[in-house]
Amino acid sequence: MTDQFAPPPALGCRTSPVLKQRGQREVFCGLTGIIWLHRKIQDAFFLVVGSRTCAHLLQSAAGVMIFAEPRFGTAILEESDLAGLNDAHAELDRTVQQLLARRPDIRQLFLVGSCPSEVIKLDLSRAAERLTQQFAPSVRVLEYSGSGIETTFTQGEDACLAAMVPVLPHTTARELLVVGALPDVVEDQMLSLLDGLGIGPVRVLPARSIDAEMGIGENTVFALTQPFLSDTHAALERRGARHLAAPFPFGEEGTTAWLAAIAAEFNVSDDRFRAVTEAPRRRARAAIAQASAPLNGKSVFFFPDSQMEVPLARFLTRECAMTAIEVGMPYIHDSIHGPDLDLLPQGPQLSEGQDVDMQLDRCRAARPDLTVCGLGLANPLEAEGLSTKWAIELVFTPVHFYEQAGDLASLFARPLRRKTILNGTSHTQVAAQ
Amino acid sequence: MKLTVWTYEGPPHVGAMRVATGMKGLHYVLHAPQGDTYADLLFTMIERRDHRPPVTYTTFQARDLGSDTASLFKTACQDAYDRFQPEAIIVGASCTAELIQDDPGGLAETMGLPIPVIALELPSYQRKENFGADETFFQIVRHLAKPMEKTTRVSCNIIGPTALGFRHRDDVQEITNLLYELGIEVNVTAPMGATPADIAKMGQAHFNVLLYPETGEQAARHCEKAFDQPYTKVVPIGAGATHDFIAEVRRLSGSTTPIDTDRLRQSWWSRSVDSTYLTGKRVFIFGDGTHVLAAARIARDEMGFDVAGIGCYNREQARAVRALAKEYGLEALITDDYLEVERTIEALQPEMILGTQMERHIGKRLGIPCAVISAPVHVQDFPARYSPQMGFEGANVIFDTWIHPLVMGLEEHLLHMFREDFEFNDAAGPSHHGGHAPAAQAPEKMSLESKMKPEPAPTGEVVWLDTAERELKKIPFFVRGKARRNTESYASQKGLQEISLDTLYEAKAHFAR
Repeated sequence: MTDQFAPPPALGCRTSPVLKQRGQREVFCGLTGIIWLHRKIQDAFFLVVGSRTCAHLLQSAAGVMIFAEPRFGTAILEESDLAGLNDAHAELDRTVQQLLARRPDIRQLFLVGSCPSEVIKLDLSRAAERLTQQFAPSVRVLEYSGSGIETTFTQGEDACLAAMVPVLPHTTARELLVVGALPDVVEDQMLSLLDGLGIGPVRVLPARSIDAEMGIGENTVFALTQPFLSDTHAALERRGARHLAAPFPFGEEGTTAWLAAIAAEFNVSDDRFRAVTEAPRRRARAAIAQASAPLNGKSVFFFPDSQMEVPLARFLTRECAMTAIEVGMPYIHDSIHGPDLDLLPQGPQLSEGQDVDMQLDRCRAARPDLTVCGLGLANPLEAEGLSTKWAIELVFTPVHFYEQAGDLASLFARPLRRKTILNGTSHTQVAAQ
Repeated sequence: MKLTVWTYEGPPHVGAMRVATGMKGLHYVLHAPQGDTYADLLFTMIERRDHRPPVTYTTFQARDLGSDTASLFKTACQDAYDRFQPEAIIVGASCTAELIQDDPGGLAETMGLPIPVIALELPSYQRKENFGADETFFQIVRHLAKPMEKTTRVSCNIIGPTALGFRHRDDVQEITNLLYELGIEVNVTAPMGATPADIAKMGQAHFNVLLYPETGEQAARHCEKAFDQPYTKVVPIGAGATHDFIAEVRRLSGSTTPIDTDRLRQSWWSRSVDSTYLTGKRVFIFGDGTHVLAAARIARDEMGFDVAGIGCYNREQARAVRALAKEYGLEALITDDYLEVERTIEALQPEMILGTQMERHIGKRLGIPCAVISAPVHVQDFPARYSPQMGFEGANVIFDTWIHPLVMGLEEHLLHMFREDFEFNDAAGPSHHGGHAPAAQAPEKMSLESKMKPEPAPTGEVVWLDTAERELKKIPFFVRGKARRNTESYASQKGLQEISLDTLYEAKAHFAR
């Protein structure tokens, strides 16, 4: 069922040396994940227990402020809360009461730890237990940390999902669990592909509401759709579930390999697999071919950001004919990123963690055709004449599976297309050029 | 603990960043955990700056907490000096670093750097962004500026503009030109655009022009004491305030040079007959104290609006805003609780909001037009065009900005007359806006009703009779809230239990203006 694949490279990146530097990191903390999670899980509220900085981060990182009351908020610690932890717990109870009275539609409440709450050792797990007892059965209270001292950007979703795993009921049913928050339309496409393969019932974590939750047990097998779910991976294994390792479903090749790993587990015949995937594979290849023309032969440099860098580098090098110069990741886990690293041809510098100033020096020296980086770096690099793709858009846009493969290529191609248009027609050039 | 949905101000270290980013040749070493670098995007994305803010974050993680965060700070500080070679460094802690008590100021002092190192104490759990900017700039001036001989020609400093300030870039240009016309040289503009060397010579100026009390008042007071420099108290936002500002500057400088006021079009635009529809429009004003005080004066005296409520989110300006509110016969709303502002606006049902990005959310939810007059603002409030708030051009800009969200005069009349037109109805919004959406072809009357904004539930004990309720719905949305409110208050004044069609029109006659 792997026909029509380009053969894997003779030497992948799985054993390549990894550059590890310590210094300033230009990344978001895990609280940022709340921005998509609060939309994905429709009966949940995310209450950050933190400082004014946390609240400010959430509204700034949301970029476009959301024109409605969001299902997240911050309990801002004040001077008096720092004095005594008992009082802080009492204050938290009062704040939660106030919140739940205002939002009676909320069924799950996540207390989200922050840097300050961790430094003062405010025990949110104790608070969550206490509040669960108080508000059961109408509201379930869980806690996780989205703090910057513990988590980087997308690790916030990981921490949130990992916090849900222990409270899921036990089941002995042989079921497939797909893990990772996907846009609803993409999730539906995925379910329909799996249904076509005759695999079912398929459970999805996070579920859209508490009523749709699933059981976990030793007969559960799970696949990850996001490359940043290492804690959730570990939590599921602790419940006895088994991981189906595979490349991530980005692009035609990644999607096919991801589906193939599941199909093999469920003994789907080659014929059936081909019948289900042939048409969408053809569409995806055509869409990528069309969208990726500006990318062919160009070089790309990844700053560490969303943790999606390795699978995306695999997609860009193997399906869009780009060359990767450096692939930076906040952290690398062999059990999760190994299959993608196997497919990524040797050549690029892999790096884990960051000293942003030294990495900028490398980037400027390499002058890549496209730099994938966070919002803090994008405009300054553009002003130096480098084309950039801000990484946060990759988290906020439907990019998984066959029908989005062309869109994914377009996301990367757009900055290059734009530069060509503006340089072709404008009579005033950017000063930096 | 305070439950917060949106915040008007960031933490105080973001205020310090606004000062550092506005300046040149200054570097900020911030003891902060991973993730606090989000603040860079305020400058690179919202303000579209083409350089990274001059800030080095120590980026400590959980594993560092047990060991040595202090040496992490010193390494970061040394690296920042070696790489960026600044003229001066400011050092401080974000909220988390404040808790671990490493004392960045003391650590930096022991390093023996060959440049001034200024330690900032910004209490994150008590104070906010504006305080952070004001305090940081004050500390920089206190450390670097020294008494000096005054310039031979009369000169002043412009104090207060920062990075990420609402229209600071253009205000500075407008006021610099105005001072130039008055024959006054600008010695130093700070923090925006100034180097530490520039700050050192601030003492040369004869007086200071304080544009933004929120971010510059402490420094202005310090200069008054240390360098015998008086500072201006009038903030030149609006035509009247600009004239007052000119008079004040003349008193401080002795300038008698005439000023050409031909560029001030706002006064005529406001007097032209097309503007009569603005008369008595009820506005609610909210933002930072300085902009609110200015907007209230413009609204009442220069636009002919009726000020229905005012308030500010920064307690530092509470006294001045309360005093002005009293003069207007109002009670000021002093709060940084977004939900409280929303409740107030909902209860007042103004015809327009003059506010911040936050009130734009509220206006959108309640169907009330909103113009932005104050920070916090979003990317669309950093326009490419020249668009000051201050001086004569600022007054022109404000006139245009404030009337833009409104349904214009004749269109307003037509909506009153033919409100069930399927294309041009009040639910479609002002027709000069992009979002104007004609309803589907010949809709059912009910579907048109259902598109309307939700009506606030009738308040109090007074009951609306069906005929009166239906008549009320024939009034376009932008005045319906006012009509409902007026009628109800008329009914309760008269001790009526029910509102009939007659009550509605009696109230209308009673409140006629």
